Amino acid sequence: MKNKKPKKEKSGSISRRGFLKGAGIAAAGTVIIGSGVAVLESRKSVQNKDFEPKTINISMKVNGSIRQLNIEPRTTLADALRNELHLTGTKVGCNRGACSACTVWINGIPTLSCMTLAIEVGDREVTTIEGLAKNDRLHPLQEAFMDHDATQCGFCTPGMIMTAAHLLEHNPSPTEKEIKVALSGNFCRCGTHPKVIAATLDAAKKM
Amino acid sequence: MKKIKLPHGIPDYNLGEIVREVPNSEPPALPVNKKLKVIGKRIKRIDALAKVTGSAVFTADVQLPGMLYGKILRADVPHARIKSIDISAAEEHPGVFAVHIFEKRYEGANPKKNSPESGYPDVIYAGQPVVGVAAVSTDIAEDAINLIKVEYEPLDFVVDLDRARKPGAPLVYQTDVDQEASSGGEDIEEGLKSRGNVRGPTTRSFYGGPRGDLEKGFKEADVVIERTYRTQVQTHCPLETHGVVVDYNRGHVTIYASTQSTKGTRNDFAKTFNLSKSKVRVISEFIGGGFGAKHSLGSFGVMAGFLSKKSGRPVKLMLDRKEEHISAGNRPNSVQFMKLGAKKDGTLTALKQLSYGTAGIGLGAGVGNIAQAMYECPNFKTEQYDVFTNAGPGAAFRAPGNVQGAFALEQLIDELAVKLDTDPLQLRDKIDKSMIRKVQRERAVQLLNWKKPKKAGSDPGPVKKGIGVAQAHWPRFVNLDSTVEIRVLRDGAVEVRSAVQDIGTGTKTVLAQVVAEELGLKAEDITVLIGDTLFPIGPPSGGSVVTGSITPPARNAAHDIKTQLIELAAGELNTDTDNILTENGWFFSKTDNSKKISFHDLAGKLRVEQITATASRSDDYGGFMVGTVGFEELGAVQFAEVSVDTETGFVKVDKVVAVHSCGRPLNIGQIESQINGGVIMGIAYALYEDRVIDENTGQQVNPNLDQYKMPFTFEVPEIQIELIEEYGARSSTDATGIGEPANIATAAAVANAVYNAIGVRMTELPITPSRILAALNKAKKENNE
Ligand code: FES
Ligand code: FES
Repeated sequence: MKNKKPKKEKSGSISRRGFLKGAGIAAAGTVIIGSGVAVLESRKSVQNKDFEPKTINISMKVNGSIRQLNIEPRTTLADALRNELHLTGTKVGCNRGACSACTVWINGIPTLSCMTLAIEVGDREVTTIEGLAKNDRLHPLQEAFMDHDATQCGFCTPGMIMTAAHLLEHNPSPTEKEIKVALSGNFCRCGTHPKVIAATLDAAKKM
Repeated sequence: MKKIKLPHGIPDYNLGEIVREVPNSEPPALPVNKKLKVIGKRIKRIDALAKVTGSAVFTADVQLPGMLYGKILRADVPHARIKSIDISAAEEHPGVFAVHIFEKRYEGANPKKNSPESGYPDVIYAGQPVVGVAAVSTDIAEDAINLIKVEYEPLDFVVDLDRARKPGAPLVYQTDVDQEASSGGEDIEEGLKSRGNVRGPTTRSFYGGPRGDLEKGFKEADVVIERTYRTQVQTHCPLETHGVVVDYNRGHVTIYASTQSTKGTRNDFAKTFNLSKSKVRVISEFIGGGFGAKHSLGSFGVMAGFLSKKSGRPVKLMLDRKEEHISAGNRPNSVQFMKLGAKKDGTLTALKQLSYGTAGIGLGAGVGNIAQAMYECPNFKTEQYDVFTNAGPGAAFRAPGNVQGAFALEQLIDELAVKLDTDPLQLRDKIDKSMIRKVQRERAVQLLNWKKPKKAGSDPGPVKKGIGVAQAHWPRFVNLDSTVEIRVLRDGAVEVRSAVQDIGTGTKTVLAQVVAEELGLKAEDITVLIGDTLFPIGPPSGGSVVTGSITPPARNAAHDIKTQLIELAAGELNTDTDNILTENGWFFSKTDNSKKISFHDLAGKLRVEQITATASRSDDYGGFMVGTVGFEELGAVQFAEVSVDTETGFVKVDKVVAVHSCGRPLNIGQIESQINGGVIMGIAYALYEDRVIDENTGQQVNPNLDQYKMPFTFEVPEIQIELIEEYGARSSTDATGIGEPANIATAAAVANAVYNAIGVRMTELPITPSRILAALNKAKKENNE
């Protein structure tokens, strides 16, 4: 399941993501997560002038096609999608698991791409907002979001849709409460919540 | 000049007509919405498809060939002299293309003199930008930032509003300061003196200065209420953080900016880098929210400019969430000492307001004009002081000042109603001269089946319910820098061009609607190209000015185009121009229906590939009404229903009813969305949000979204919206904005509802469970004594 309650970053210690990224550097390509000490050590190595960013080649299945990536091991999935594959529909709002703007599916499960390293994906399949419409046919939720004016600035919208679409895949006729539970980690500063809920109810009816 | 008859008043209330003398270039009067096809309807946002498919390109998404990523080293001390900065290791770090040290401060207030000895500006808040790095990725830029060594000589600092006011408190600025107000609607008076960290007072707004004689007024009063209210610092938290991509190249500069003002960003950049305005282009196609904080280039924008200039490459610099919280603006806090005098029948005799607030190192902590402008009161005086603290600069924030001011004023009025044992709506009927709010209250009475609220705290059991009401006041501002160009191309395409930006409010769509209505087309037939300073000047998205400023010139330019097309059609159809009717994409002969030509075919007959018309914002019909109160303002009335658990102190907002008007409504769905947003933000302000700075370290302790408490789906209540159409015959569209009014009354309504539930007044925001419990305990003790 989606990581709704991330570990808090204590000042002076290492954040979960910093930890993951540090571990990434230390282990260069493997997904072994080292101890905190190892992370600190790897930080030191960053401070070493000889350090050169080492990139690695990986391939990843995204929205149905296999893509090749040349990235640093510490690159998050969000950054890989956005900066390397130019799939900028996935947004980064907080970069630490607190807003769900970066929600994508990995093997159909909503996942925070800011809390996931690209190298963690392995041979699983990533679906982003760009891959939700099938054969140019919009997902009913996308239609409903337009009909109900469930977007304002639109920055939270991809994350909202990826979260709610997953709910509808598994629960075709959710109650309002179930929708609220599913979307309870999605932050929206513009205040689209009432219309997002209405749109999701409506899309369920039409699916 | 010519005379036209325009709709005037409120449908089902007093709708009539009024004759206004207007320039000959103005289009004919637009009938009421009921008679229109595109305006006033629920039209889908024309950019909704881009937003739901992820193809909308925000500044954060912009990628340019060779682009670098910028990162800023920010001071981690709240007050210090910089002794030395060593950037050598960062400069040598692989992947780094440019490093830049700020030689001065590009934010906050401007001291009259300030010449630190080290050559670097003093650090005056934790988070102040010191050095910037541009590298091939954000991660590598961050690595380089970690290699920079800055030696600080720490100085005494102060972050607390009350402490900063005390004599002998550490000084943020050594001299008097000034600061230009942003276009976000905050009031900053020039030339005021400082004593210690306290600057001011401001004693007037554009509604004038003090009036009457306070002492006499309080003598005449039967009831006098004195209370102190406190509000917290709130950060804007747009989901897309502040940021830019600057391409300082090829003799001109292109800037992609997440901004509320393409014009302001361009002007700031041109001024800072000493360039002609025409050498700077600012583009903002999609903006992930702003709420007042994104009106200027920002210090990060200046840094990106230097980094791009030095590296010769485009540089993207987006703030991270922590930087957003600590450095990119906030709503200043306030302490407001209020004193109100009234007669037994409710008539106000005197109102005194004294306030202090801190916008950190900036100005703009006034509490607005709401106490001065909302109610009739012959004797009034306000003194509003800015207090400097070693904290990030404040910024305009959705109805700057008036949200803080409403929290105090509207609780005061509620308290008066309780004291006089009268209905809070009836009291307002007596003291509020605004016609629009009177109608709004009447509508609410019907809608809610309103009765005088039950006695406060009278519910049995631990969970107590309450209802509260509060009102909003916001002036109807117009920004004259509002110009629209409309083009029709030979294939029938219609383009609307303006530099105005759409920050999520729906500006693109209302422009399309207004032009479509005029040309007899559908909104989706119109291509709206905005958010680019290559197009004619547009107003900033602040102060709720956009809709009222930019839609009249859009309609006027469309009317000009239509006149050109009618001439062409008359020739094609062999008839007089007077005899041509446009409807549903066709041009007809009025007398002979069979004579017709489609918009598309007519465009094909254009003499040249493209025709164009440009119009700027005309003066308001009947002249601008500066400083008048009543019908002309953007008023609102909101109601909140709450449940308060007196055992846990937990407050839940069950429902909000929001009665609003914004002149002629253009797009119902979008207006509802904005009201929802204002209400939810108001609830967050009432119950959750609070920027906390540790007094010992000067650091914000909650600078991310997991720590800074925000409403999510479960905190959002049912919101019922009642929209009242109101025609003022002020412009060719007669529409106004709604963004700010929607946010003003909510927190006060929630506070009044909490009082009604528990019988204890909550005078400090946010209303947290611990504050509720403390207030209940205090009241219990007082009752026992
Ligand atoms: S949760 Fe990933 S960006 Fe906020
Ligand atoms: S629509 Fe702007 S953050 Fe949700």
